[in-house]
Amino acid sequence: MSVDLILFLVLALVSVSAAIGMLLSQNAVYSALFLVINFATVAVFYLLLGAPFIAMAQITVYAGAIMVLFLFVIMLLGAEKLAPGKVLPYQRPMAIGLAVVLMVEAVYLMLGRNPSVAMIIPPTDATNTVDTMRELGMTLFSDYLLPFEVTSILLLVAMIGAIVLTKREKGEQE
Amino acid sequence: MLLSEATTTGFFFLAPWIVFFPVIGLLLNIIIGGRLSERGIGWLASGASFASFVVSVLLAYSVWIGHGQSESVFLAEWMHVGNLSLDWTFRVDTLSTVMMLVVSGVGTLIHIYAIGYMHEDVRFKNDPGRYRRFFVFLNLFIAMMMILVSGDSYLMLFVGWEGVGLCSFLLIGFWYDMDTLGRPSWANSNAGNKAFITNRIGDFGFLIAGFLMFWYLGSFQFDQVFAAAPELAHAHPEIVVAITLFMLIGVAGKSAQIPLYVWLPDAMAGPTPVSALIHAATMVTAGVYLVTRSAPLYTLVPESQYVVAIVGAATALFAATIAVGQYDIKKVLAYSTISQLGFMVAAVGMGAYVAGMFHLITHAFFKALLFLSAGSVILGLERGHHHLAHHGDEHNDHHEEVFDPGDMRNMGGLRKTMSTTFWLYIVGTLALAGTFPFAGFWSKDEILLDAKLHYPTVYWMLTIAAFFTAFYMGRQIWMVFFGQPRHEAAAHAQESPKIMTIPLMVLAALSLLGGGLNLPFKGFHTMGHWLAYTLSESEALPLDLQVAGVSTALVLLAILVSWLIYGRKPLKAGQPDPLKKPLGFIFTGMENKWFVDEGYQAAIIKPFKKLSYFLADVVDWRFWHDWFHEKVIAGTYIWLSNIALNKYADQRGIDAFANGLGTVTKNLSASMRRVQNGFVRSYALSVLLGVVLILGYLLLK
Amino acid sequence: MVPETYYIALSAILFTIGALGVLIRRNALIIFMSVELMLNAANLAFVAFANTYEHLNGQIIVFFVIAVAAAEVAVGLALIVAIFKSKRSIDVDQMSSLKG
Repeated sequence: MSVDLILFLVLALVSVSAAIGMLLSQNAVYSALFLVINFATVAVFYLLLGAPFIAMAQITVYAGAIMVLFLFVIMLLGAEKLAPGKVLPYQRPMAIGLAVVLMVEAVYLMLGRNPSVAMIIPPTDATNTVDTMRELGMTLFSDYLLPFEVTSILLLVAMIGAIVLTKREKGEQE
Repeated sequence: MLLSEATTTGFFFLAPWIVFFPVIGLLLNIIIGGRLSERGIGWLASGASFASFVVSVLLAYSVWIGHGQSESVFLAEWMHVGNLSLDWTFRVDTLSTVMMLVVSGVGTLIHIYAIGYMHEDVRFKNDPGRYRRFFVFLNLFIAMMMILVSGDSYLMLFVGWEGVGLCSFLLIGFWYDMDTLGRPSWANSNAGNKAFITNRIGDFGFLIAGFLMFWYLGSFQFDQVFAAAPELAHAHPEIVVAITLFMLIGVAGKSAQIPLYVWLPDAMAGPTPVSALIHAATMVTAGVYLVTRSAPLYTLVPESQYVVAIVGAATALFAATIAVGQYDIKKVLAYSTISQLGFMVAAVGMGAYVAGMFHLITHAFFKALLFLSAGSVILGLERGHHHLAHHGDEHNDHHEEVFDPGDMRNMGGLRKTMSTTFWLYIVGTLALAGTFPFAGFWSKDEILLDAKLHYPTVYWMLTIAAFFTAFYMGRQIWMVFFGQPRHEAAAHAQESPKIMTIPLMVLAALSLLGGGLNLPFKGFHTMGHWLAYTLSESEALPLDLQVAGVSTALVLLAILVSWLIYGRKPLKAGQPDPLKKPLGFIFTGMENKWFVDEGYQAAIIKPFKKLSYFLADVVDWRFWHDWFHEKVIAGTYIWLSNIALNKYADQRGIDAFANGLGTVTKNLSASMRRVQNGFVRSYALSVLLGVVLILGYLLLK
Repeated sequence: MVPETYYIALSAILFTIGALGVLIRRNALIIFMSVELMLNAANLAFVAFANTYEHLNGQIIVFFVIAVAAAEVAVGLALIVAIFKSKRSIDVDQMSSLKG
């Protein structure tokens, strides 16, 4: 029982609890905040997995930008409780059932056949250097140059899309 | 062929024209007859018949210069089926030329007579449009009779046999919508039916004989049959007996012998030229011709010869007795014809073919003469009747009753008003009675002589019949021409025009001189020699004074008795026949034809009608149609199609299936529709379901 | 030492929870957030593999995923706002006019 394992288990517990909390919470704001916790723990996981850049990107973009955006919209549109729904009575039990089946399949997939016995490599000082960052950048701009450029255009398009969608028509009432 | 060449080799190639000329005549009358006058139509038909006569003369000449050699002239193939091989071939030999000459010769004279007779008759019956039809039918008859006598096989003969039967039917029923007195009735058409049906019974016998002949002898042709017959008679004589006796049935039908003679008196419903031509001179002699032609068959079986002779003799006697009690002028002559045919059939039955054919020829002459003269008498009375109707006002009361111009009780004293007809009638009567030196004497005498030598029974029957013959003809003469007219019409009777009396004079001459054809003196047996080329040589008998004397004495006795009864005290109007009281029931029997027709009606026709009603109504209609067809077949079919197929198979089966498919699809789609509920969540659920399933499949593979 | 499979299992659990969230919740925003959770779970798996097999491809993919997720959130939330303007509700069950 090494430190890594304990750390992992605790963080995993937190992460899953946050996720479940997000799922079950009736208040949208609470859900958003639970999700933030989840993102944070996942960021810590990234660190444990020796991906510092990704961890920072996660905090900055996901927890910082995306969740803030979510909270903006929640505040804008209403975080009040929705009226209890009357339709699709079979939805909930069936969804849970299928989710269980999915989980079982996933378990079988991992542990059933040829289970991997690989261990993850904990980060060391040697790995947490700028060299890994440099290497990441080099790969990004050489092997993955095209996706990089396309992603930039994608972000531009998304921005335009968001503006267009929320543009007020001429003479339209608020 | 050059005429000179033909005069040496013969005119045999002309043989088909004996049939073609009358056919052309009738076709021309049909096609252009409407545009010709009555005279034109009549002379056209008579011309066709005369042309046929000319060809017959040429054919006879051809046979003569060939010394009696017979010749077969092929015209067309008829049928070649299996063993049966028949062609339309004309046989020109002495026997057939004799018949051709008689038919076309007497036929032409009657055609000419009919021009005048029908001219008046259609006016008395108020239908001038029917004139043309008469001559068309007459020419058709001549054509058919020619086919009959010129055929070289039994089947060709039968074609003509049937054809003349048809013409007889058509002509008897010429005035099909009236009876003899002109009143609207079924009577004439019934008479035609009776003739045809009775003839048919005879034809049935002929056909059976034909079938037997083909079965056992393998052919219908005369030559082949006669060549093969002796062998068959040796091995199975009963077959030849059967053939000849069945042929006798045909003869009894066509030549009016017992028991199938009953149609001939009724056939008097036809116009008088028809009675003369068909029912005296030609058609009825077809039976005699048949027996003569089949002489080789009959000579092989003496038993059937005896039967034929007896039948002929019995008929002769029976019919003669009936003739005594008849009041209609034509009916007397009809029964006389039956009686004379009996003579002929008896003659050929006995094997005296020459005598029979001789009597056939002479009978044609004087019977035609008698019938045509009777026609003249009838028209004379009709003329007198119409003369009264148009000119006499004080005799109006006679109009109400129907006037029968043929009833002898209405006649009397006609020798003063119709003298030409009277003298012609006398000639005919004397010839019929068999008075020396008329033709009938020679022919009848020959028959009697043959009978005396071979069949005594037949001889006595024929002699008694000869006595009756003379008696009833005498009775007729006294009743018609002597005494006082018993009716106003008779008093005003008018003589017939020349176009009618001139043919009669020709016939009278023939009746007088016809005996010369076969005088029983050495060197004069012309007919005998002529026929001997075809038939076997028959013994030429010299004149037997005993037979001749007995028959002449009987004739004179009969005429005397008839004068005593009918001539001395002529009958008055309304007086019953003087023989009625003394003979009582015998005379009633004679008057009513011995109730033969009534007997047939009760014994055969009524049960037959009952049977056919039964078959038609019960068996055919009620059982077969109503029950079997309607209920069983139609019912089953309707059940099958309506209930089995329609209701069960189609409606409940196929329709249900097809509708079911539709319903299932509808229900399925109705339920499937609910998948598209518009809720994104459920779509997502479907996606997850799909993922799970695919993943599961991939894992479990 | 943490076996690799633990991280994958965690990834699977988070993914399942995210799927459940998409299916069960009616609030459009919560659903969107569940989608982000799912993406996150996938990212975790990628990075775990990148670590285990010692190459950087996993991290680079995660980099791109994060970028695209950001773009997607921007557009998606703009859409939800637009829908809210017409429907006055963010209950997805009320957006069923495409029902057949």
